[in-house]
Amino acid sequence: MQITLHLNGATHDLDLDPRTTLLDALRHHLGMTGTKKGCDHGQCGACTVLMGGRRINACLTLACMAQDAQITTIEGLGSPERLSPLQQQFLDHDGFQCGYCTPGQICSATAMLEEMEAGWPSHASENLDGPFELSHAEIAERMSGNLCRCAAYANIVAAIQQAAGTTDHREDAA
Amino acid sequence: MTRHLRVDGPTHDDRLDHMAQGILGQPLNRLEGPLKVTGWAAYAAEARPANMVYGVLVQATVPAGKVLEIGDAPGALAVIQDKRMVRYAAQGMDQKGPTSGPDQIEYMGQAIALVVAESFEAARHAAQNIAVRYKVSSVPVEPEAVTPELPPKKQSAAGDVDKAMREAAVTLDQVWHTPSQMSAAMEPHAAIAEWDGDQVTIRAALQMLSSNRKQMADALGIKEQNLRLLSPYVGGGFGSKLGINAEAVSAAIAAKELGRPVMVAMTRQQVFDLAHRRSETRQRIRLACDADGRLTGIGHEVLVSNLPSSEFTEPVAQATPFTYQAAHRQVVHAVARIHRGCAGSVRAPGEAVGVTVFECAMDELAEAAGIDPVELRLRNIPDVEPTTDRPFSSHKLAEALREGARLFGWSNRKPTGQQVEGEWMIGMGMAAAVRVNMLVESRARVTLTQDGQAVVETDMTDIGTGTYTILGQLAAEMLGLPIEQVEVRLGDTNFPPASGSGGSFGAASSGNSVYLACEEIRGQIAKAMDCDEADLTLQDGMARAGNVARLLSDLIDGQISGEGHLQPGKTEKSHRQATWGSHWAEVAVNRWTGEVRVRRMMGVFACGRVLNEKTARSQCLGGMTFGIGIALTEAMEHDSRDGHAVSRDLAEYHIPTHADVPPLEVHFLPERDAYVGPLQAKGLGELGICGAGAAVLNAIHNACGVRVRHLPATPDKIVAGLKD
Ligand code: FES
Ligand code: FES
Repeated sequence: MQITLHLNGATHDLDLDPRTTLLDALRHHLGMTGTKKGCDHGQCGACTVLMGGRRINACLTLACMAQDAQITTIEGLGSPERLSPLQQQFLDHDGFQCGYCTPGQICSATAMLEEMEAGWPSHASENLDGPFELSHAEIAERMSGNLCRCAAYANIVAAIQQAAGTTDHREDAA
Repeated sequence: MTRHLRVDGPTHDDRLDHMAQGILGQPLNRLEGPLKVTGWAAYAAEARPANMVYGVLVQATVPAGKVLEIGDAPGALAVIQDKRMVRYAAQGMDQKGPTSGPDQIEYMGQAIALVVAESFEAARHAAQNIAVRYKVSSVPVEPEAVTPELPPKKQSAAGDVDKAMREAAVTLDQVWHTPSQMSAAMEPHAAIAEWDGDQVTIRAALQMLSSNRKQMADALGIKEQNLRLLSPYVGGGFGSKLGINAEAVSAAIAAKELGRPVMVAMTRQQVFDLAHRRSETRQRIRLACDADGRLTGIGHEVLVSNLPSSEFTEPVAQATPFTYQAAHRQVVHAVARIHRGCAGSVRAPGEAVGVTVFECAMDELAEAAGIDPVELRLRNIPDVEPTTDRPFSSHKLAEALREGARLFGWSNRKPTGQQVEGEWMIGMGMAAAVRVNMLVESRARVTLTQDGQAVVETDMTDIGTGTYTILGQLAAEMLGLPIEQVEVRLGDTNFPPASGSGGSFGAASSGNSVYLACEEIRGQIAKAMDCDEADLTLQDGMARAGNVARLLSDLIDGQISGEGHLQPGKTEKSHRQATWGSHWAEVAVNRWTGEVRVRRMMGVFACGRVLNEKTARSQCLGGMTFGIGIALTEAMEHDSRDGHAVSRDLAEYHIPTHADVPPLEVHFLPERDAYVGPLQAKGLGELGICGAGAAVLNAIHNACGVRVRHLPATPDKIVAGLKD
């Protein structure tokens, strides 16, 4: 079937098997392999991308469901020469080891900080309306959909805390 | 030219401490980091050669028997059944391919065929719907249901532990169980194979390319020279990618047959079925001590399992012979031959579960003897390896215990069950950390160009361990260059063969080979300077000796290159080599639900020279978090009827996530180990896991008085032990 994806500010017309997930459309058909496949079942968060600004699991989303939506992947957040504030902090705090969960962690954290600013509470929040403290417990709770077997967790939380101090979380986001 | 070193003796001069560049050990950011945080680093399944097609593995749905017939696969290009396809993964450092012949089924879930189609969706659909006829045989799948083997080499005894137990003032005799565990690296195994005539290139997720190349050539029946393996980035290993596995072998076979590049990626569930599991263990520990807590007897009787045709057995009691002193000792190592998925190395094979359980036993003994757990350990540290009288290459356990107790605030620990905050019971626990250390043969090439650029090439891998960065730092230090002027190329069998990443030996082994290659280059520079290599100072692109200073670029005509070749030698035998440390944990246990929250955790580690403080710390964080998983959440359950893995994805097999892991603290003890090569560095990728879980379990006991000996300590088990 014919699908149009709006991805990182560009438009792609694709002819896809209707069973194709957004994740496989990115990885197999567009060669955008920054978004990772860790489980294909919504269990690990490695495939996290932003759809309409919200974090979703690309493996649980059929490509056809993304028709007309604005999708941002890790490649849309920054580049090796121009890192987003979160990418820079992940680098400085060693918020990764093998790097495989990392794009998902960074996409997730990007949206997570916006959710906090928008006043969305979490299980760990002290109140329901915000503002929320950027505590370890608050960040860890909100990031728990992103597994990291290398277990860079302590460093990831530190990176997010540091990056949250800077206002613009996305560099080139669509 | 190649500089070769067999580590036959000690290196006492701390040469690397006196180099001029001052870059080694520094907490530099990872060299490849910008590629990883932007998604540009390309892992195994992340290339798209023209004309590529997709393969999906078909798995056996019976525990044992024979495949009689495989049906059609509508919509597929081919169903590949080839007698060269492997039944399970090769073990680390195997020199040959693993057992092949997929139509003989040894365990449920074994790969029996590959379905290839133009699209991944079509291949998956066909593989899931293919009809297979089997001749089913009945086989044992429960370790306790068979009479185990007792491999003679794995048993040891001195004195009489029974007698020690009878005569001791204080004794302990308990049995622990740990379940099968999975490495569960975040990148599922994947491969892309492409042929050009007789030559095949396989891009794959592998930890040890030089031995993987031998395994793969043997499995495919081709010459090693005709095979190139590429693993520039590996999304975690933890043992699961030590040996070649079904996806890469079948991708190569299919690609040849179809004349097109083939990608095969395992599903997460297939990783659980096909990657090696850590064997479940049953461990009986007997300890005897006098009234002062001095051990007189140590018994460690272990039962593990594996397939009848696989040689690997989890070396659970590997550290038991040398960790503590006692006159009477016994290690029994039994292996049940059963038909669960193949067992193999998972991060810190042996100590990860062996030291963890042993350190729980020490905690119980301390309680029984009425001695502080730290003190009990301090009283039993041997001067030399007890079973052999060999000296230790270095020994920092006592310091790690004392320093850890001070840093953690151990003196604030309350008696069992005495610290309560509302519905939470708080406790502290500790454990010793110990892991055997080794070196493995490794080679590297370093090239220095006239414009002051150094290139390091070796088929070593970086599986998240920091190899790119530490090898770059080493070359920069040795050659007097800023880190920006060093490029490190890894993960390609066209480069000199390295140790690979495994058993915590990667950094020291490959690091020493780069050190040697740089020494060779320094020798050539010294010649051009007409001085002794030892008198040469290289810094910021300048060479200095005495009062002569020259630009490196003036000394080099074109480029110079050197190879380094490291081999382990006599110190392997002459000295007991190990890394040491201590683990500390504070937990809160909910008195109603039995939920355990780890509140803080700390590790103190001694691993010789630290090559990069930042990446080294991350390695330890990773290990400690594995320990939390072992203690609290990780269990791969097997169906008692057919042995298949029941918890075979990340929703059922619970690795720790963000909310499970508190802020963790890591401290390194300064150390130079003279017996492990000129780098004086030991491994630390695994030390962090060895005993970490015991600190958590011992803290649970201190909090609420419950001892969980069937790991993991899930809330149901804790609630069952709580007094109302
Ligand atoms: S790959 Fe989508 S959540 Fe794991
Ligand atoms: S960095 Fe390896 S899984 Fe997170």
